Amino acid sequence: MDSTMLTSLTDAPVGPGLEKVPTGIQGLDQITGGGLPRGRVTLVAGSAGAGKTLLGLNFLVAGARQYGEPGVIMTFEESAAKVALNVRSLGFDLDELQRSGMLVVLAFQLDPSEIVNTGEFDFQPLFAILEDAIKQVGAKRVLLDTIEVIFGAFGDKAIVRSELIRLVRWLDDRGITAVLTGERGDRGDGSLTRHGIEEYVTDCVIVLDHRVTAEISTRRLRVVKYRGSAHGTNEYPFLISAHGFTVLPITSVALDYAASEERVSTGILRLDHMLGGGMFRGSTLMVSGTAGTGKTSLGAHVVNSACARGEHALMVLLEESPDQVLRNMRSVGLDLRPWVEAGLLRIWAARPSAFGLETHLAILAGLIEDEKPSVAVLDGIASLSNGVLTTEVTSIVARQIDLLKSRGITSMVTALGKGEDVSTVAVSAMVDTWLQLGNIEANGERNRLLFVLKSRGTSHSNQVREFVLTDHGVELVDVYVGAAGVLAGSARVTQLAAERDEDLRIAEELAGRRRELNRSVIEREAHLVALQDQLDAERTEIQRIDLRAGHQVADTQADRSEMAARRWADDTIHNGEPR
Amino acid sequence: MSKPHPANDSTAADTGEQWDLVVYVTDASPKGQQAIANLRRACEEHLAGRYKIEIVDVLTNPRRAAADQILAAPTVVRRFPTPIRKLVGDLSDSDRLLLGLELRRSAS
Repeated sequence: MDSTMLTSLTDAPVGPGLEKVPTGIQGLDQITGGGLPRGRVTLVAGSAGAGKTLLGLNFLVAGARQYGEPGVIMTFEESAAKVALNVRSLGFDLDELQRSGMLVVLAFQLDPSEIVNTGEFDFQPLFAILEDAIKQVGAKRVLLDTIEVIFGAFGDKAIVRSELIRLVRWLDDRGITAVLTGERGDRGDGSLTRHGIEEYVTDCVIVLDHRVTAEISTRRLRVVKYRGSAHGTNEYPFLISAHGFTVLPITSVALDYAASEERVSTGILRLDHMLGGGMFRGSTLMVSGTAGTGKTSLGAHVVNSACARGEHALMVLLEESPDQVLRNMRSVGLDLRPWVEAGLLRIWAARPSAFGLETHLAILAGLIEDEKPSVAVLDGIASLSNGVLTTEVTSIVARQIDLLKSRGITSMVTALGKGEDVSTVAVSAMVDTWLQLGNIEANGERNRLLFVLKSRGTSHSNQVREFVLTDHGVELVDVYVGAAGVLAGSARVTQLAAERDEDLRIAEELAGRRRELNRSVIEREAHLVALQDQLDAERTEIQRIDLRAGHQVADTQADRSEMAARRWADDTIHNGEPR
Repeated sequence: MSKPHPANDSTAADTGEQWDLVVYVTDASPKGQQAIANLRRACEEHLAGRYKIEIVDVLTNPRRAAADQILAAPTVVRRFPTPIRKLVGDLSDSDRLLLGLELRRSAS
């Protein structure tokens, strides 16, 4: 097989000189790197009801409508009326395309019981009819649906085989890009078609599969062979919806989304702060948490704030009905109804078990197409896993996220999950921001906590917040982190009250002490003034004493001199000791 | 090859109605000419004077072939008596030819 080394690719390299014809089928052109090989025959194999005919019709109708390539549809299974009905299911009017000379529909109903084989024959009439029809509209595309019917109707298998090989060559020679549909083989020898020859003569083989796992069907497409071209070799889920045939390449998570610097509010101010200013536009936020942690409320906030900004929003509910959610959200102070009435918000709900996984994807694709929302919330993606293998759910969720990202839609998905279990981890790789809502149970109550597990490209808070649903929406509150651990709810309230009391007590105590000290200071200041006065008085007294003492000595001296003079005393009296 | 015994058979061939047959061939291909010859012989033998054979060349008249739901050639269509029967091939297998057109019951 070609290029098995390529495991994922979206733009498969094209071999030199190999021109491709777009099928107009979203996703298929991507995995084939442009479409089907021009001028070659492609076999589309699959079991009954796998969607072969629809793929072929899509190819033809797209050619006629979008690419200006007329076509011829030759069906051996259905009446022309039924073909027209099938085409109408794709939203196109076959009659109109026929009238405008873009399509010719040739329907043959071959009843094997009506046909008796009496010897050698060939398919010259088939060639002649095809040739005529091709000339009639200048066809570039041909659909032959399905070749098994020819095998069944005409007994001689050797002739049928050789004629079919001739037909493929004949189409190749005319430069017609043709799709041949073939019933999937059940011979168990690995052949793709019942007769096991078509895949050897055609240049491109696409196998369609319709698997039912746990009562939910998933359609898958695989390009088995593409001569001269690389192609995606994975199995890609596809879906058939009112919008036609859509292939969803999971690996088209090509990481080429434009990264916006613009921030979008989640509608919860403190959450925006935790995320460094809000979500980046076009990014995906996942909220995981156990039941009843408030995931839907968070989603309601996101759409509410989008609508308040005048943007279109989409809410996909997989667990509840729109009315239920509208009522519940009103009880927490979020009235979404006006947005619905204003046509800004579209709420769509369905139980996952109601449809197959790929149908869900199709519906989402359709809603996005119709509403063109700038913000989308997918609520309850994990409930897609009702009985389905986790890997399938993961891949579907991944594709849903991919779809939203590729449209630049800011989105939030909520998932039921306990912590970092395998499936949420697998999905988490696809999301930019992961919030975890948890319950803590203590003192007979449950309280909600919110953490930011990761947030790409932003510095984000590592703090736990308590998530409180009030009658005016969600509020985030700091939790109490202290010696007693993380406290939330009444415990937090009690703790905070106790803390407030303590603070008050301390404050009062301090005020009292202050008053006391103030008083003391005033007292001591008064005392200080008194002391100063006393000090001054004493100093004055000392001065006075000193002055008086000086006078006394002088007087005494004078008295003594007078007395000595009177007594005729010696001079020595001044110097010597008194006798 | 067993010889047909028309007198002993009670089939559509005995009702005396006019048979309406069409042979679709491509141009003058040997297979087509062979088929026409084989058909004529069988008709002469079993339906002498009560049959009509139309020959359609699908190469010159592909739309007729498409309308008549003819994909292989040569093809003989018994349009009447009903039900319509289609025989594909050069009619070289005369047993199948006679059985297919109900000119004879299966050999007992």
